[in-house]
Amino acid sequence: MGRGGVRRPEAVAGWLFVAPMVAVLGVFLLLPIGMALWVSLTGWNGQGSPFQPGVPFVGARNYTQLFLQEGLTRDHFMISIRNNLYYVAAAVPAQTVLALGLALVVDRRWLRGRTFFRSAYYFPSVTSSVAISVVFLFLFANSGAVNALLAYLGIDGPQWFADPRGLIHLALGGLGLADPDAPPAALADHGLFGLSWWEWLAGPSVAMTTIIMLVVWTTAGTFMLIFLAALQDVPPQLREAALVDGANAWQRLRHVTLPMLRPALFLVVTLGLIGTWQVFDQIYVMSQGAPANTTLTPAYLSYRTAFGDFEYGTGAAISFVLFLIIVASTLLQRWLMRERDGSAPRRRWWQRMRRTS
Amino acid sequence: MLAAALVLALPACGEGFGGGPVPQQTGPAALRVLISSSGEAETRAVTAAAQQWAAAEGHTVTVIPAQDIAQQLGQALAGSDPPDVFYVDAARFADYAAVGALEPYAERLPAAGDFYPALRQAFTYQNRFYCAPKDFATLALQVNGRLWARAGLGAADVPRDWAGLRTAASRVKAVGIVPLVLDSSFDRVGAFMLQAGGWPVSDDGTRATADSPQNRQALEYVQGLLRDGLARYPQQVDTGWAGEAFGRGMTAMTIEGNWIRGALAADYPGLAYTVHELPAGPAGPGTLSFTTCWGISARSRFKAQAVGFVEAMTTADAQLAFARAYGVMPSLVSARQAYLREFPADEPFLAGADYARGPVNAPHMDRVMSDFDSQLARLAVADPAVMLRRLQRNITAALER
Repeated sequence: MGRGGVRRPEAVAGWLFVAPMVAVLGVFLLLPIGMALWVSLTGWNGQGSPFQPGVPFVGARNYTQLFLQEGLTRDHFMISIRNNLYYVAAAVPAQTVLALGLALVVDRRWLRGRTFFRSAYYFPSVTSSVAISVVFLFLFANSGAVNALLAYLGIDGPQWFADPRGLIHLALGGLGLADPDAPPAALADHGLFGLSWWEWLAGPSVAMTTIIMLVVWTTAGTFMLIFLAALQDVPPQLREAALVDGANAWQRLRHVTLPMLRPALFLVVTLGLIGTWQVFDQIYVMSQGAPANTTLTPAYLSYRTAFGDFEYGTGAAISFVLFLIIVASTLLQRWLMRERDGSAPRRRWWQRMRRTS
Repeated sequence: MLAAALVLALPACGEGFGGGPVPQQTGPAALRVLISSSGEAETRAVTAAAQQWAAAEGHTVTVIPAQDIAQQLGQALAGSDPPDVFYVDAARFADYAAVGALEPYAERLPAAGDFYPALRQAFTYQNRFYCAPKDFATLALQVNGRLWARAGLGAADVPRDWAGLRTAASRVKAVGIVPLVLDSSFDRVGAFMLQAGGWPVSDDGTRATADSPQNRQALEYVQGLLRDGLARYPQQVDTGWAGEAFGRGMTAMTIEGNWIRGALAADYPGLAYTVHELPAGPAGPGTLSFTTCWGISARSRFKAQAVGFVEAMTTADAQLAFARAYGVMPSLVSARQAYLREFPADEPFLAGADYARGPVNAPHMDRVMSDFDSQLARLAVADPAVMLRRLQRNITAALER
């Protein structure tokens, strides 16, 4: 203890002041995470305490069977990862762009009834996700409103929640590039983690697409609010200066407004990534993984494996892998959206490539 | 988040729960009974019977109808607060028995020997008979009288074996009627495996026997029916299940269980049909049984009282009352004659009890069989040998866990 005794009472007081928060975080966050980590290393079957003697310790087996061991556990886990990848890839850009568009529209001073539109767009976000899911079940039922509307336009709508066909498969089939019933051998015979490349490239199924639409619709309102708050923080002088410089509307958006929104954009994309990787309640209410496992997601699979199949170790291992995926994708996103040093003119990699070639 | 949620359940179970025996309480008990009801009629009948028992014996009973019994029970067991008595589906029985959630009380029941052997087998794990079968249903062949007559067929043409089924189906197809609609799951196709002398697991439930020649013969027979247009899956005729296709008069035959009676009477009253035992295969007759037992929690504080409750619910009289209320068959051999006197038309269903087999009785089979079901949906175009190899691999992996 090199530090002088004069400061010590202050340090003690400081620890005393933060003690309640440290205790709360420890008991309700760190301890449960540590317990879950322990469960993920055991073969605990849900009977009695996971800390009693006799609970088998299996080391990393729960993790290796997710990646290395051929079998249904790995099949289902990889299918769920694939489904969620497409889900994130479709939902995050869609909800961000939609939220930004809505925010730009309701930010306009000339728009009459702005308050009404702001509340209307925010409405889906404050409604219970279970209630909205049930409403969507009715809308997309085989004889529901959506198919009735499509029929009115002369289109024979799909059986939304019963259709396991992937959109990319459908597109390839529709363009005549590949036959979904007899996929090209190069893709069907090789693969990664037990899933053929053809399976990896399925795209979100029709059933998953309805859940994507639902989530985009419900989350856009919240993110619109974040964008709106940021938009109102943009100093009007900046826009006026850009106007004086002769910038047109697109240039003002691209070079003045959007750079000012960068922190909000980072927040929205981060929240979107985390939320979409964790999607659970919509799946639980609407599909439970059906049809043909195409709406299975890691969060739901973890729950089902633990509480349905009594394999709590595997379930906990899935949720830890999911946690790592979320951390990794957030870090990647942070790196992509980092503030670059302002000294050199910013160039995209393709612009740099063009210059060097 | 989910990881945290998963373990939040754990601190609740810390106390009083070192894995030792649960102290038992004698005297008046407060029993909680979790049921997965088939409908309003069953909930009412079970609640009434439970209240009557409670009043007579001086206990209290709360009957809780479950929304999703597998998940509700899973959470209750992990939280160390399971209900005292709960329904256990035969398809999930081994999962519960394997983790020690069930009290093996049934072998000590006075009526233990009176349950049908097939049902006892369905609730036996590692040679211990765990829980009393509540009731059961079997598969049988339903024939639409009007379509049968239109194809020029009579009562003597009702198929008794596989060859007869093909012949009759061909004659029905010749007049432009769909001969047979069959659900595309192991819960139907499994009967053909049994008739061919096969089954996915060995009798003691410890070895996978999926890729046997018998199972292959069964799948090839059903595949032949599908390929020749002699059988169709409900999806192929735009219906949700085989009973709907049968009720709407789209098919001359279907293979369903006792529940089809109630469904047809409710949705398609006036439909004229007859019920027959399933056609026998090369290895003799075979059908599947569907059953549920009264599970008693290994952690209940009122085990003796719970056993008393189950005894009262499984007497011949109680089971006949349930049969009248919601159309199931009593699980006791001694109730057979009384049941047939009241429901003579169910004779073919009940006859199946002698050669029926329950669902695959081994732990971790739920997702293995649902994977096989999704394979069966493509049976017409798939290779049965490949399907059975995959099933063999999955069962072997599940049994080794």
